[in-house]
Amino acid sequence: MKISKNEVLHVAKLAHLTIDKEDVEKLSKQISSILDYVDTLKQVDTNCVKPTSHALLLTNAFREDTPKEHLDLEKALANAPKKEKDAFIVPKII
Amino acid sequence: MDLHELTILKALELIQTRAISSTELTKAVIDRIDKVENKVNAYITLVPEEALISAAMADQEIKQGNFLPLGGIPLAIKDLICTAGLKTTCGSKILADFIPPYDAGLITKLKQAGAVIIGKLNMDEFAMGSTNEHSAFKNTHNPWDLSRIPGGSSGGSAAAVAADMCLGAFGSDTGGSIRQPASHCGVVGMKPTYGRISRFGLVAFASSLDQIGPLAKSVGDCALLLKTASGYDPRDSTSVNKSVPDYSDLKANGLKNLKIGIPKEFLAVKGIDADVLRVINSTIETFKALGAEIIDISLPHTKYSVAVYYVIAPAEASSNLARYDGVKYGFRSDEAENLDQMYSKTRSKGFGTEVQRRIILGTYALSSGYYDAYYKKASQVRTLIIKDYKQAFNLCDLILTPVTPTPAFKIGEKIEDPLQLYLSDIFTISANLAGIPGICVPAGFSDKGLPIGMQLLGSHFQEDLLLNAAYNFEQATDFHRKKPDL
Amino acid sequence: MEFEPVIGLEVHAQLKTRTKIFCGCSTKFGAPPNRHTCPVCLGMPGVLPVLNKKVVEYTLRMALATNCTIANQSRFARKNYFYPDLPKGYQISQYELPIAEHGYLDIEIEKNIKRIGITRIHMEEDAGKLIHDPDQPTSRVDLNRAGVPLMEIVSEPDIRSAKEAGSYLRKMRRIVRYLEISDGNLEEGSFRCDANISIRPKGTSPFGIRAELKNLNSFKNVEKAIQYEIARQKEILLDGGRIVQETRLWDPAKSRSVSMRGKEDAHDYRYFPDPDLLPLVIDKEWIESAKNELPELPDARKDRFCKEFELLPEAAEVLTSSHETANYFENCLKQFPYPRQVANWVMGSLLGLLNARGISIIDSPISPAGLAELLLLIEQEVISGKIAKTVFDEMANSGKTAKQVVAEKGLVQVTDVSAIDEVVLKVIKDHPSEVKKYKNGKTRLIGFFVGRVMKATRGKANPKIVNEALLKHLSTNP
Repeated sequence: MKISKNEVLHVAKLAHLTIDKEDVEKLSKQISSILDYVDTLKQVDTNCVKPTSHALLLTNAFREDTPKEHLDLEKALANAPKKEKDAFIVPKII
Repeated sequence: MDLHELTILKALELIQTRAISSTELTKAVIDRIDKVENKVNAYITLVPEEALISAAMADQEIKQGNFLPLGGIPLAIKDLICTAGLKTTCGSKILADFIPPYDAGLITKLKQAGAVIIGKLNMDEFAMGSTNEHSAFKNTHNPWDLSRIPGGSSGGSAAAVAADMCLGAFGSDTGGSIRQPASHCGVVGMKPTYGRISRFGLVAFASSLDQIGPLAKSVGDCALLLKTASGYDPRDSTSVNKSVPDYSDLKANGLKNLKIGIPKEFLAVKGIDADVLRVINSTIETFKALGAEIIDISLPHTKYSVAVYYVIAPAEASSNLARYDGVKYGFRSDEAENLDQMYSKTRSKGFGTEVQRRIILGTYALSSGYYDAYYKKASQVRTLIIKDYKQAFNLCDLILTPVTPTPAFKIGEKIEDPLQLYLSDIFTISANLAGIPGICVPAGFSDKGLPIGMQLLGSHFQEDLLLNAAYNFEQATDFHRKKPDL
Repeated sequence: MEFEPVIGLEVHAQLKTRTKIFCGCSTKFGAPPNRHTCPVCLGMPGVLPVLNKKVVEYTLRMALATNCTIANQSRFARKNYFYPDLPKGYQISQYELPIAEHGYLDIEIEKNIKRIGITRIHMEEDAGKLIHDPDQPTSRVDLNRAGVPLMEIVSEPDIRSAKEAGSYLRKMRRIVRYLEISDGNLEEGSFRCDANISIRPKGTSPFGIRAELKNLNSFKNVEKAIQYEIARQKEILLDGGRIVQETRLWDPAKSRSVSMRGKEDAHDYRYFPDPDLLPLVIDKEWIESAKNELPELPDARKDRFCKEFELLPEAAEVLTSSHETANYFENCLKQFPYPRQVANWVMGSLLGLLNARGISIIDSPISPAGLAELLLLIEQEVISGKIAKTVFDEMANSGKTAKQVVAEKGLVQVTDVSAIDEVVLKVIKDHPSEVKKYKNGKTRLIGFFVGRVMKATRGKANPKIVNEALLKHLSTNP
């Protein structure tokens, strides 16, 4: 499977990545070769095979509805690149 | 023997008999780091002052006769396991200054066990890579040949253990990230069963595959580290509520009644180095001599494991790494004029090329119209791989395989061809897909004197069986006794 | 050409748990920004979600109350998109395998029952809140709400009018309140509604292109917005235009909707099973025990009220409008077992009082036992029905019991026949001309005499005794 330069740009946009013009070509080639390899999976008959998302067949992990201590505001905001008083700051959303 | 060369078990014995103190030991390790770190580049962050304080506290405990399981032992941690108040970068510019306000489940256990944490180890950014060339900060060098890669992504961890810059370390293994560098650096490395060690505080790469594990100088050390780290954590839904056996109860009394399977598909892999084949063959002979029965088995779907992995892991990663958006923590590009730019400039400048490549690959595999062909298909083949292992473990107790197709290669040699690099993960990846435990033990050297490991795989929660077989092998050989010349 | 609207509703109900869906942070409303947060709901690296069991229990109740099939195994999935109020860059929701599907809800439209299909019910986490500073080039992010549990109920496109939509929503809200799983408050945002609307020529079956309406934050707005949208689409089609599939935002102040096109880009949410959470398995035993714990639902309670208490359907409807009202009614009945009287007083004086004060029945100043005591005083003829209203008002104002009020104000009914006789005789004596007219056949003047007697006794005389005494003395008097 080939991924075109436009598809690379589209997917990059979904993932919020800016790809430099000179890298698009290289990236589409590299990813195409990986996808070509992945296409070997087409050889496998997976009719009626359930997909696995966990190797161990565990189910039902719960917590009780009991309140826990909150993180101090100071600690919550400590790593924020931009903050003000008690909130994270982002460019204005129109 | 210099103190920094001690194994954990030996050091514990000396500390507990008061022959040495943790402070002396920790100082010796710090001196060793001072001497060789500029060659190896294993650490991202070092905290010698804090380590000496912990060591002094451990010495106090010992004086009071309070022997903790790892009391006073200097350990180092891969830099994607969160340490409260201590920078945790994941080898990435985007988290270069991130200081978590919480300890990972592992760190809580290590602190309770009296361990001394000496620093945070280099790695491929977000554990994506197998050479440590994808660290945003530095290249770690293989202590056996400084021009070569240490392996990855836990390359810093393996190199630090091999170079005696800590007594043991913890890394993480998503597709071989503990076992492969352990093989390249000549140390013991183990990926436990998925769910054995809490993932709470382990920064996620691919959540359904990630597992923390120890890297150590000996199987005995590895067993002790695993025992300390294992156990249920209610903060990790995928951690397993199952009692932890005494992994340290190892006995070198032969391996009679043990059946070891050799998967024919693994030895048919193209491009296996002659040195690696030689090591595997001699390993088979050693196991036979120990009394184990060797049988041929088949894992027909494991040849698809690299393809499966390079869909599932990037897909999960593309979602796991969406949180690095420059809002709550981490790097934010200051060139942004609006929200969209804040996101894309932050992420393009904050992530390295390999991470961006995998995010794009993973986003594509999940995107509308491709989900069934990639993500779903891969998840189905994953089911078949798990089935292969189940069937195999009906025939044998353990499976023996190489760890990597070749010994460590030169830094820069394969950086331009990601697919070729991905293909070299063939022996390690399927264990993550199946969630089974695997251990890498030093098993020989190449003609050029580079270490080569062998891998044993077991069924879910058969860590005790794996460790015992590895221990018998280790006691029958002396590869683990050789040290790199630094 | 006549058009028929086709409407499907998506309701988001905030569940009344103490803590968030995946962490132990408080769900309380109104804290200053970022006080109810922890590493998990801040989306910090390496931390993991753990499911709040109560969220499952509450959703299960709703699923059973709406006749859904419960999935033996359901899964949480990640919905991937970037927004500053979404700390992880994905929302944990359910996608392919929701907890419940294929249910229905019966609504009443002009005395007919109409069945609205429920496609699915699932659990998910809420996002945080953005505060836009009007005179700053920035917005502020408050993550207190991030991770608050929501239950989404998606209806089939079975709704055909704004009125039906309103009826469906009211019914839905009544149920979540009966189940005590959500406050169901549209204005405060604990009950939110999006509507998918299309129209088609009447009698045809293919669906038209639909628009999704958001920000419908009151029942009035839901109906208004749907009417507006139907009219808007009609106008476009009649002008020969085409409907565009889009999301539209309702502006309640201007009573119109605006397109959000361009602001939502082409969404591709890349759903996939969340590897941090395990499959949720609900077995038969769990379902059975949840069924057994289910309270009586509005429809069943209304039917029972009609049968057991012989109430008219209209009265039963009012009394079961909320489980608190119904509980009030039944608690009152425990001490005063006359359903009609209790129903009249609850629907009349009590609901009137609560409406006037704008308070809920659980905050009523008169308790069910208090009202029962008052009704007992009437029944025992200690006070008259007329006086009782005065007593009721005084109880509401002072918080005193009926007995206290009656005693303090001396409102005890006069039932002493000789005392009443005395007044009656005096009234007859004072009004000779009326007596004459009465005796000449103008018998409806009896009311005049009753009025005089009541006035003279300040309403305390027992009307029955007054009546009897008047009839006796008017007939015997010369």
